[in-house]
Amino acid sequence: MLKGIVTVSLKQDVLDPQGQAVLHSLQSLGFNEAKNVRIGKSIEVWLEENDSNKAESRLGEMCESLLVNSVIEDYSFEIVEE
Amino acid sequence: MMRCAVIVFPGSNCDSDLYKAANSVEGMEAEYLWYTSESLEGYDAVLLPGGFSYGDALRAGALASQAPVLKALRRAADSGVYILGICNGFQILTECGLLPGALHRNSGLRFICDTVNLEVVNTDICFTSGYSRGAKQIRLPIAHGEGNYTCDTDTLRKLEDNAQIVFRYSGNNPNGSLAGIAGISNSKGNVLGMMPHPERAMAEWMGSSDGRILFESLMMRT
Repeated sequence: MLKGIVTVSLKQDVLDPQGQAVLHSLQSLGFNEAKNVRIGKSIEVWLEENDSNKAESRLGEMCESLLVNSVIEDYSFEIVEE
Repeated sequence: MMRCAVIVFPGSNCDSDLYKAANSVEGMEAEYLWYTSESLEGYDAVLLPGGFSYGDALRAGALASQAPVLKALRRAADSGVYILGICNGFQILTECGLLPGALHRNSGLRFICDTVNLEVVNTDICFTSGYSRGAKQIRLPIAHGEGNYTCDTDTLRKLEDNAQIVFRYSGNNPNGSLAGIAGISNSKGNVLGMMPHPERAMAEWMGSSDGRILFESLMMRT
């Protein structure tokens, strides 16, 4: 069994109002070194597959067809042993 | 008689508003169609209602854009059937690629429920021809948390050059939408997606009857 961990982030040129709200809260708590916050998500997919190359190509297809909206999001992933 | 299908997804919640609005227009006949349907044969128009299909899991409209009826919807769009997506329906149309761009979180982070002023930018498509006779400033309700339209600069230029921006927020931009976009069409003009709710503005007692003109325009198909 392998597990794919997909990290989805908003593209750099897409405004992240959620990140901005969190940034302001951090600064009001005194964390003045915080200069920017971007919020993404992590998606874990357990795969009934032992070949990590195959797992990689299938996970890429999953990202392109559903998990990620390439208009506003970027992604990266890693495959780990479960 | 113009036959319309109101597609019902799990989590749609404006389906009965849309059904009643369409059926209140003379010459228009709407029926509900479940999201598992594989055919849209015999319908002149397909209406995608607002709501929270699949609970907005992953992204608003993302899972509905993979539902069985979407294959038939793509074929219908190609063959010139009129397709109207309102609110979550608009999100589904961008997620499935029938309309460009994406709708993400309102810039103010809040869910907004309000009635807003809109400019009808393009009155030349079948959905909006009726607005050419009156004021192009109209009032329609909005109710959404993810109506902030965005796309890349090339896409925006194409939308502007091809007159695909159909509605813009007038005055105040409630959700941070790029260029104040509230509704866009495809290049052929037979697919329209919009965040405001025309089906909730069908009579003066609802606060506005400006939405009725959209359904009547569609009925006339001019």
